[in-house]
Amino acid sequence: MNLLLVLGGTFVCVAGGVPGLLLPPGRAARRIATGGSVLGSLLGLAGAVGAAVTGRVETMTRPWPLPGAALHVELDALSAIFLVPLFLVSAVAAISGGRSFGDAGHPSDARRTRFFYGLVTGAIALVFLARNGLLFLAAWEVMALSAFFLITADRQSRESRDAGRLYLFATHVATLGLFGFFSQLRHVTGSTELVPLPPGVAGTDGGTALFALALFGFGFKAGLLPLHFWLPPAHAAAPAHVSALMSGVLIKTGIYGLVRFTSLVPDPPAAWGDALMLLGVVSAVLGVAFALGQHDLKRLLAWHSVENIGIIVLGLGAGLAGRAAGRPEWALLGFAGALFHVVNHGLFKSLLFLGAGEVVHVAGTRDMDRMGGFGRVLPKTAFFFLAGAVAISGLPPLNGFASEWLVYLGLFDRARASGADALRAAVAAPALALTGALALACFVKAHGSVFLGTSRSEEPQGEVEPHAPGEPAAHVAPMAILAGACALLGLWPAGIAPALARAAAIAAPGPLPKGTLAGLASLAAIGFSSLALVLLLGAVALFLKSRFAAAAPTAGPTWDCGYSRPTARMQYTSSSFARGLVGYFGWALLPRARGVPVAKLFPARAHFESHVPDTVLDRAIVPAFRAGAWIARKGRILQGGRIQLYLLYVVATLVALLFRV
Amino acid sequence: MTHPVDILLVVVILLNFLVLGTPALRLTIRGAAVQGAILAVLPLLVHRGFGWRVVAIAFATMAIKGLLIPGLLEKAMRDIHIRHEVEPYVGFVPSLFLCAVGTGLAILFAGNLPLAPEHVGTLLVPASLATLLSGFLVLTTRRKAISQVVGYLILENGIFIFGQLLIEAMPFLVEAGVLLDLFVGIFIMGIVINHIRQEFSSLDTELLSELKD
Repeated sequence: MNLLLVLGGTFVCVAGGVPGLLLPPGRAARRIATGGSVLGSLLGLAGAVGAAVTGRVETMTRPWPLPGAALHVELDALSAIFLVPLFLVSAVAAISGGRSFGDAGHPSDARRTRFFYGLVTGAIALVFLARNGLLFLAAWEVMALSAFFLITADRQSRESRDAGRLYLFATHVATLGLFGFFSQLRHVTGSTELVPLPPGVAGTDGGTALFALALFGFGFKAGLLPLHFWLPPAHAAAPAHVSALMSGVLIKTGIYGLVRFTSLVPDPPAAWGDALMLLGVVSAVLGVAFALGQHDLKRLLAWHSVENIGIIVLGLGAGLAGRAAGRPEWALLGFAGALFHVVNHGLFKSLLFLGAGEVVHVAGTRDMDRMGGFGRVLPKTAFFFLAGAVAISGLPPLNGFASEWLVYLGLFDRARASGADALRAAVAAPALALTGALALACFVKAHGSVFLGTSRSEEPQGEVEPHAPGEPAAHVAPMAILAGACALLGLWPAGIAPALARAAAIAAPGPLPKGTLAGLASLAAIGFSSLALVLLLGAVALFLKSRFAAAAPTAGPTWDCGYSRPTARMQYTSSSFARGLVGYFGWALLPRARGVPVAKLFPARAHFESHVPDTVLDRAIVPAFRAGAWIARKGRILQGGRIQLYLLYVVATLVALLFRV
Repeated sequence: MTHPVDILLVVVILLNFLVLGTPALRLTIRGAAVQGAILAVLPLLVHRGFGWRVVAIAFATMAIKGLLIPGLLEKAMRDIHIRHEVEPYVGFVPSLFLCAVGTGLAILFAGNLPLAPEHVGTLLVPASLATLLSGFLVLTTRRKAISQVVGYLILENGIFIFGQLLIEAMPFLVEAGVLLDLFVGIFIMGIVINHIRQEFSSLDTELLSELKD
């Protein structure tokens, strides 16, 4: 029944976009597509929540006339934990996107975008359900290609076309890795179905190759450093609701693939856990460091996805290491923390992207150094963005704290062990803390420079005509739903604990630890203290309000350090705020700055600009492609332009092939 | 050498030498035409028992290779007023020499191939390989586009001879498809030749190198 609901929802999501392609663009087409996405997502959400709550496993198999393939789908607690954020985010982002990327500005693009939005939702759902390698790959490709059309939704802009091309390259390299992965899996298990590996294989060369291929293919999609380089441009270029879905859910398919694969391994070597933890730490710390250096609001959020994927992978690594060490409580805490963070990141990252979309829509630019003062224009957006920022920084009382708490606990438990285990945990836990602190700094910068102060833009209009300010309900409601979900999970983490424990038990088959997850992590206490914190904050706010209510507010400049004419340009910009922290990470970020310093009294006209490019893209990927193009140009000697010569090549190839065979 | 098939195949090999050794375009076209006509008879002799399919293939081959294509080529030759292949990349005597070497190698090579017992001792395989090689020589050493078409025809004749080994195994449709391919290929090349002439007022394929990039 749950599986039927999920499959039905998937179908409605995909089918909803089709009439829009045939009908003339307009209200009707938009309503059908948005309605299809919302209705399908709600159906799917009902099924996924049902499966997560009951933990019942449902399977369905139909023949598929392709050798080795079968339409084999299965809904278990692990799939459900990934499906819940998918359908929730897809529903609310569809409502928001139905308006913001509407027919007015982009008549034909909007139609296409709505179709591919439904298709990508359905394809992601199928990825989470598929239990046959070929079905998985087929769904994976549909997902990857629909995402390409979503990223390039704004076909007029060169930036989105470039981002789309980079994404297409990255996603196909990832798929190539997955083709290798599934053929190796078939080689090892003798089946194209996703069945457990025979014991003892994981430690062999074949097992290592399998793990490396999985890490490559799935790591590319998840955006693990250094395979992340497609992610910031793609998320920056896509429409806001698409960025929300992609960052919130689509990149989690890579995490899902890793979790599903390791769940099939009966005896994962300790080295796998170490590798994941190392990659997770690097991604988390450098992801947030790069985020600090960004001027572009959406690019900043995209870099935070790299960071959060790092935290998730760190949790997975800790869990795998727990399995290898035969410590079920480490495994439970690590996997449950990672899966909880998957759900949480899906919620607060899409919330932040929807908020950012709203701001960018009104400002007409994504450059934070030209924003400011939007808290007065968009008060509700400012509030919900703040909620998302608190959640993503891992602060109580919201959900980001609860999931990071589980990961911390797993690491602390391990740090109390002896020898190499303790050492690894003792490195990882402070790195996680550092990540949290930097994330907080980054969101202080983002929220402060966007919503506080006054507008830094010289002409208040941005690059494009800003739309009439105002916060329509269709934009506020999705953010309110997501923020509400963040608050619910933060205040009542014990509620989701049984579902997480069931999913973690599938992800980490083996002996179960004594006690429940909620007991092990004292989640009830976390909930209560978060609630107490909220009440305390509320009381303080009320007290301050009553205290200052008597004095009528007067408008005037803030204290101006003695300047008689303060201007908007005297505010801290987002870059100046982050400059010190960016400097600490200069060895990895390689920031570029250009300008004329201000030297003497009565200085001449000076200017300054700084830029933090993607180190991997600029120093590795682009040079590698330049070298490839250089070699290809040298190869043009072969192109003599004479038919006779070409025929000789053909025959030489034939003869060479004959001799090889 | 007593089998009639072998006698025909010897004629086919000799025609290869004729095509490679003469500068006269008319003669090369005629040589290829006669070769095609001989090959049309071949299935009737190789295949025991006259099925209607074999007869149909023979007639179609005769019509297309022996008459239609050579007719087209001769018409093209008259239209563009060229009669001789001049300055080939490899001269006529060296081409003959290469052809002789190739034919010898083909006979040697065919002796080493694992063949079905009924084909051992016939000239089918050596003739096929020798014709392939000659066709390829014409294709790579001649400048004029018409000569290239003739080379293509001869190359296809070599493949056709090889196909006789499989005539029992190969469905009729495949044979018909090959013929159609050939015809369409020549047809397109005819159009290309016409365009080359209009563009460069010559049929020297050397000039085509200007089109690279």
